[in-house]
Amino acid sequence: MTVFEKPQALTEAPLHYCPGCTHGIIHRLVAEAIDELGIRGRTIGVASVGCSVFSYNYFNCDMVQAAHGRAPAVATGVKRSDPNNIVFTYQGDGDLAAIGTAETVHSAGRRENITVIFVNNAIYGMTGGQMAPTTLPGQVTQTSPYGRDVTKVGYPIKVCELLSNVDGAAYLERVAVNNVQNIKKAKKAIKKAFQNQIEGKGFSLIEVVSTCPTNWGMAPDKALNWLEENMLPYYPLGVYKDITAEEEK
Amino acid sequence: MQKQILITGFGGQGILFSGKFLAYDGLLKGKELSWLPSYGPEMRGGTANCSVILSDEPVGSPIVLNPDILISMNVPSLDKYENETVVGGQIFYDSSLIDREVTRKDVEVYPIPATQMASDENLPGLANMILIGHVMAKTGLLSLEDADVVLAKMVPAKKAHLIDSNKKALELGFNY
Amino acid sequence: MADKVLMKGNEALAEAAIMAGCRHYFGYPITPQTEVAAYMSKRMPKVDGVFLQAESEIAAINMVIGVSSTGKRVMTSSSSPGISLKSEGLSYLAGCDLPALVVNVQRGGPGLGGIQPSQSDYFHATRGAGHGDFHMIVLAPNSVQEMVNLTFKGFDLADKYRMTSMLLADGTMGQMMEPVSLDQGVVNTYEKPWALTGTKCERKPNIVNSLLMDPETLERLNFERFERYAQIERDEVMYEEYLMDDAEYCVVAFGVAARVSKNAIDEARNNGIKVGMIRPITLWPFPKAVLNAAADKVKAFISVELSMGQMVEDVELATRCKKPVLLCNRVGGMIPTTKNVLDSINKAVEIGGAE
Repeated sequence: MTVFEKPQALTEAPLHYCPGCTHGIIHRLVAEAIDELGIRGRTIGVASVGCSVFSYNYFNCDMVQAAHGRAPAVATGVKRSDPNNIVFTYQGDGDLAAIGTAETVHSAGRRENITVIFVNNAIYGMTGGQMAPTTLPGQVTQTSPYGRDVTKVGYPIKVCELLSNVDGAAYLERVAVNNVQNIKKAKKAIKKAFQNQIEGKGFSLIEVVSTCPTNWGMAPDKALNWLEENMLPYYPLGVYKDITAEEEK
Repeated sequence: MQKQILITGFGGQGILFSGKFLAYDGLLKGKELSWLPSYGPEMRGGTANCSVILSDEPVGSPIVLNPDILISMNVPSLDKYENETVVGGQIFYDSSLIDREVTRKDVEVYPIPATQMASDENLPGLANMILIGHVMAKTGLLSLEDADVVLAKMVPAKKAHLIDSNKKALELGFNY
Repeated sequence: MADKVLMKGNEALAEAAIMAGCRHYFGYPITPQTEVAAYMSKRMPKVDGVFLQAESEIAAINMVIGVSSTGKRVMTSSSSPGISLKSEGLSYLAGCDLPALVVNVQRGGPGLGGIQPSQSDYFHATRGAGHGDFHMIVLAPNSVQEMVNLTFKGFDLADKYRMTSMLLADGTMGQMMEPVSLDQGVVNTYEKPWALTGTKCERKPNIVNSLLMDPETLERLNFERFERYAQIERDEVMYEEYLMDDAEYCVVAFGVAARVSKNAIDEARNNGIKVGMIRPITLWPFPKAVLNAAADKVKAFISVELSMGQMVEDVELATRCKKPVLLCNRVGGMIPTTKNVLDSINKAVEIGGAE
């Protein structure tokens, strides 16, 4: 009989996330991957700035907290210090796709052998719901109160599509955590992103499309529906690059 | 005893290398010394100068404003530094590039057609070392034997083939 | 002097860093410190070290944070505009109590400024290297030899006190060559139980962090950090005195300004003026005590700087304004001449004791 237990790679600290927030699921998926690969003792995580800033309290491994957007640069230092380290960053959309765009693109370009978990919920959560680089056209936020007007502020950044043109990137997949089936796929992708690092394949990024019920102003179940109806058409799920698959061919 | 030397000209004439050559001799002789280049991308093709101070005492300011020895490889630098040279100082210049005479009467003046000589003797790019050879002869800063030791020390192994031509240039200037 | 070699300041400090055990360097090209990066790119692979040219100064300092958090010696270098970009990381290094060596080979500013030597980042280094309450140990070399000595010292103090050491040089120090001895003897090593080395599943996770949401905790940590700073101010002040025994006037200068000042002092002495110099080697901690003591003996101070007058404020503070403090300065990449300094000394003599 299998007992559903908390992964070893999560601490006992209670998560601070809002009710219905999908960060908890994603934390668990990352922790399960670390456990299953038996790498917890040599894993060093890099927390970013945003709702997941406290992830250093939740992952049961050595952690460093990076400045806004700089997680991939900090991770680069940690990884280059000892390539035997398994290094991951856990970043949101404001952190990774706005203030940290350069660090993201260049760590991919350098083929930095790290794993990036990128949580895209189309809004700045921690600061209370402002427009993110991934906020959808027309989407209302605190700083786009009339809806994101693409004629004035332009279009969202599609991170997987963008990075798929970067030669140094090894594996890019966009997943979602809005239903059981997608959560399973997300788990598989996250585990592969760590496996790639163990095998020295280079830069892996998993974009996890997720919800922010609080700042979207929706009940959690409605938020899941909104994700499916609005985000997935704009951010199609799937593998955007996979050099391991190309190698297998 | 202290010698303040200023080597000036255009970028690409080997100004900094000439200074380095004199500095290395100072190093090998256990002297106190400093070598300070003008620097930056605008030096390429622009003016270049190099301050070298050789001294028995620790060197204070590494910047040479009033040289004991001025070595000039273009007109603008001679125009600029002729009057800055100390009374009783020595001015060396490449007379194939500078078509005017030094007007100061209170300094020793040593023109030498270094660029023409380098061209005649098939020593491309070594006018600077011909000038330095002449400086060696007139100042007694170092002998040709010293120069051999310096070149052996400062020229990297993969460029060892350049030592002979440098020696030849120094000798030409020395014996001019 | 067989053990001495002729090296540029930038290259000498890079080699010194390697000899001090630094195997990780992250940089970005900017005049007049680019030789550091170029040298490291050649040397690091030969000592199994890491050289990485970052996409920006910001990325470079954050890579430094990454390596430092794992407990290893690490450095970055830049020049003034690049140091501005690193300011964010300098604050995080302080907040995380991480050791690092950061080199600033200063050029004239503000903005893009110029590329010629300057000391106008004095305030930045000693006061405002980033947001929040913190200090860096600021070391000011005035020779290629000191570029080497203070690189060793900088790494040592950084590890000892878990903070950033900044080598605050100027373009002259970076670009000039002088005979230099690289050997500095035994290099101290420090236990770093806080370092991120992987738990090996044998200990609780280490966390390197500067975020503290509880104001009482954050206040306590700030006070604790400043207790450490107070200890540094007691124990680590470095300065050099020149002809101060009978001095009636005191020049205060560091870096290339101190080199020029020495010439001026020698000339002034030939003219019968009893002038000496106190040369701060640590700009933070600033040699307050020796200056305050000097203020009871001399008639006036002359602060010689390549800035619009930054250290002069520290001289006034240290001496409690007991005696006049004159400023002798050139800026924008210009360096005070011996004559500039002499003129200021003569001016000090004119007004000496007048107040």
